[in-house]
Amino acid sequence: MFASLLGRMEWHYFWHGWVQFGGQLAMVGGVLTLLAGMTYFKKWGWLWREWLTTQDAKRIGVMYIIVATVMLLRGFGDAIMLKLQQALASGHSDGFLQPDHFQQIFTAHGTIMIFFVAMGLMFGLINLVLPLMLGSRDVAFPLLNSTSFYLYVAGVVLANISLLYGEFGAVGWLAYPPLSELAYSPGPGVDYWLWSIQIAGVGSLLSGINFIVTILRLRAKGMTLMKMPVFAWSVLGSMILVVFAFPILTGTLFMLSLDRTLGMHYFTADLGGNAMMYINLIWAWGHPEVYILILPAFGMFSEIVATMSRKRLFGYKTMVYALMAITVLSYLVWAHHFFTMGAGGNVNAFFGIMTMVIAIPTGVKVFNWLFTMYKGRIEFFTPMWWFMAFATTFVIGGATGVILAVPAIDFQVHNSLFLVAHFHNTIIGGVVFGYFAGFAYWFPKIFGFRLHERLGKAAVSCWVGGFLLTFIPIYILGMMGATRRLDHYDPSLGWQSLFIVSGVGTLLIGLGVVFQIAQLAYSVWKRHELRDTSGDPWDGRTLEWSVPSPAPQYNFARLPVVVARDAWWEAKRGGKAIFSGAYSDFTLPKNSGVGVFIGAFVAMFGFAMIWHIWWLAVLALVGVATTLIRRTYEEETEYVVTADEAKRLDMKSQKAAA
Amino acid sequence: MPKVKAILSKVNIPSLPTISRRTLVLLWVVAGVLFVGLLVVLLRGHSFPLLQTRGEVASRQRDLLIFATVLAVLVLLPVYIMLFGFAWRYRAGHKRTYKPNWDGDSRVEAVWWGVPIIIILVLSVVTWVTSHSLDPFKPLTSTQKPLKIQVIALQWKWLFIYPEENIASVNEVAFPANQPVEFSITSDAPMNSFWIPQLGGQIYAMSGMSTKLNLKADVVGDYRGMSSNISGKGFADMTFTARALSATGYNNWVQHIEHHALGVEHLDMDEYKQLAKPGTSGVKYFHIHDPSIFDTVVAKYMHGMQSTDTDTASEDEDNHTHNVEGHMNTEDM
Ligand code: HEM
Ligand SMILES: [Cu+2]
Repeated sequence: MFASLLGRMEWHYFWHGWVQFGGQLAMVGGVLTLLAGMTYFKKWGWLWREWLTTQDAKRIGVMYIIVATVMLLRGFGDAIMLKLQQALASGHSDGFLQPDHFQQIFTAHGTIMIFFVAMGLMFGLINLVLPLMLGSRDVAFPLLNSTSFYLYVAGVVLANISLLYGEFGAVGWLAYPPLSELAYSPGPGVDYWLWSIQIAGVGSLLSGINFIVTILRLRAKGMTLMKMPVFAWSVLGSMILVVFAFPILTGTLFMLSLDRTLGMHYFTADLGGNAMMYINLIWAWGHPEVYILILPAFGMFSEIVATMSRKRLFGYKTMVYALMAITVLSYLVWAHHFFTMGAGGNVNAFFGIMTMVIAIPTGVKVFNWLFTMYKGRIEFFTPMWWFMAFATTFVIGGATGVILAVPAIDFQVHNSLFLVAHFHNTIIGGVVFGYFAGFAYWFPKIFGFRLHERLGKAAVSCWVGGFLLTFIPIYILGMMGATRRLDHYDPSLGWQSLFIVSGVGTLLIGLGVVFQIAQLAYSVWKRHELRDTSGDPWDGRTLEWSVPSPAPQYNFARLPVVVARDAWWEAKRGGKAIFSGAYSDFTLPKNSGVGVFIGAFVAMFGFAMIWHIWWLAVLALVGVATTLIRRTYEEETEYVVTADEAKRLDMKSQKAAA
Repeated sequence: MPKVKAILSKVNIPSLPTISRRTLVLLWVVAGVLFVGLLVVLLRGHSFPLLQTRGEVASRQRDLLIFATVLAVLVLLPVYIMLFGFAWRYRAGHKRTYKPNWDGDSRVEAVWWGVPIIIILVLSVVTWVTSHSLDPFKPLTSTQKPLKIQVIALQWKWLFIYPEENIASVNEVAFPANQPVEFSITSDAPMNSFWIPQLGGQIYAMSGMSTKLNLKADVVGDYRGMSSNISGKGFADMTFTARALSATGYNNWVQHIEHHALGVEHLDMDEYKQLAKPGTSGVKYFHIHDPSIFDTVVAKYMHGMQSTDTDTASEDEDNHTHNVEGHMNTEDM
């Protein structure tokens, strides 16, 4: 009786071996230290009031970024283990990881990096600046925003609990069936994978809706769509992709979970299941997903390059058309991920050509950035260094992408390390560098002080150098016929020296990470020297630079009115002032713990589903429903800031800045 | 807390050395040269199966790879020149023209819509043609009839069945050089991908259906083959040797197995079930009496399948022509 109450939980799921034990110890130790510290310094109340229950998009953004950064460290730790194993495990040496463990690590690495690092940083940065840029006080649905964040956290928590109790999928980050089906993966690993991204994915979908409505409904007066900053356009494109793509992910994972928990046969090898269906569906989400990540990075660079070049963005309209073209096209290319499934010449050629067509608008964007620099006066602050790092590396990734898009070539490099190098090239060179650039660029706006420049530049240098050192050998290994996901290989192949060089490159990236941490710590320490008193440290162009740093909770005491693109830049140079007229009353959302509770219940639900503890699953769902119903009875969910109060706050913050 | 602050304020973080722009550029160049030098040293004497091809298909794919790479480099060069050129010339403090409000020029922009369009157009034509001419299902043109070999991906080994010779082998497949080979591939395991890089590109091995791969070795030799798609614990060991032999060499190889040479066993369905159990394996040889093992394995997964529009093995022969034109309709996927 008792046993069945605990589903399929068993003691042995705690112990996997010494390597894992190290990870478990680090994780539990970290969490306990954090909890103890919070208690010792009596910070719980502060944490709850100021952060956890906040409805302020900027604070939610900061929380996203904190969680994503911790996950970046975890994902990077995984990467180091993978590199170490591959540098060691040649011939008679089996390295230090068992095959099954190695496979769990790359699955966890890929899943965490995409869902919890890249997506987390993306939503974090959008939350930080989108409302500010649009001249809005908040996102359209603040409570939904906070709920999305906690669904993301629930996913993060589940994925990490797997380290402590149970196992993670050993099936690759997209868990192709039939390998991911019960027949071949009966343990809880695939379920951890499945439920952690299922839950985070629902959060992403809700965020997508939220940001689309924000962009369409909450722009400053006078900001027509064609006067909107390109970053906002890029978010619009990305969120449209989210809204159309994530339901596919949800549905696909739902079917896989039915297969796994109820023994159905959507994707099994036998009894009418069709694994090819899964592969199509997962990439119908998966390809748009990579553009979901890259579009906002493009948007950030568009802002950064214009600001740092002290010049208008070149070809605004072209940039917008290119963004929208990419948005549409990215739905029409998914089958390039499985040319080798044997779909025939017509199908393969179609998807290959559509893929290449995306390179056109992407290339156009690169040229527009270059011509934004042309005849500008470029200030090489850290964000611009990230841009240079991006421009040098990303174009290589783009080029190898076009090469991979030729089906007949893909047959030779599919599933090889050439492919692995290609997508890291676009993801690190594009997405990660983009988000780091955005972080460095907007940091002063949120925290009120700048990041230390030289440490930042040292970090950029290590990241680019480390990236090239890591992944050029990986490209070459692809040419040598090395396939991906190998936990060991024959020494006669002569791969080991390249794997070692590549591993050294990863250590250099690690040094970059150390510099980033040092930069953050040093900047916090020296925050008084680095204080941004102007609110406009880069001589910016868009509305977020028109308010003091750190941006007040309500963003704008008076809502801006704009007549041109780059409204703030124009205003500074004698154009029309953007703040005028009288102050008026406005409302702000009150804090709410609804998101926290929903996140907690949903995490509980996920855990219950993974371990087949049905009563707990039901209980958790009841918890979610109760939280939602209770919320509908709350009357006062907002509070009013009166015009006088607004004026007083505004004067105060301006005085503080001056 | 105040104590911590007091301690911290005593810590002197050495400030980073300032490096001039020129030194920085120089550093990067030196590092780049050293890196390339290191690679050259490390790569000497190693083999590049994708470039040192030994089969017709692989060679055509390599030519295509080189063509696409050259095209890519042609695009990248001007981008790099502009990127670093503009970054250098227009860095703050320069005395050149500064046009803060210059935000577009449709003629200039037409150039960078136009040039990529032309390049992609060229590549698209190449893509269209080669997607058909290098379709793995398409038989190679040759005066000789293709040798038929059936391939079953098992956990974690490859079983090769020669239906006409009534022999089978594990993790080693032999065929005469210069004669086309038609592999029919299925899986009695998670999805795998069948790949012999020096002879030509890969194709998936999936349960309940059979994919095809047509290859031809131009040169006698032993080539590395593997699964490139993760299929469980032992997947890294799922490699095999593809032996392209001379005509006599191949005959000897077949004879050796047919005549029950030492270590050659008999493969029937029972023995097959033993073999199919998860585990890695060395090279093994079998003779067979039951020529239908491959079809049985494919059909096993068809159980309960309602529609028959998938490419089943029993229909294999009839489907052949259909295979070549559009082997899997999109409906099948
Ligand atoms: C920070 C430096 C990074 C290093 C050194 C690194 C290294 C690796 C390695 C060694 C693998 C396994 C390659 C193989 O299959 O043999 C891998 C796989 C992967 N990485 Fe990274 N990675 C890094 C960052 C990232 C980032 C930032 C992302 C995404 C945001 C990412 C996404 C992935 C994905 C999706 C896979 C595929 C996992 C799979 O095979 O299922 N990686 N990475
Ligand atoms: Cu794709």
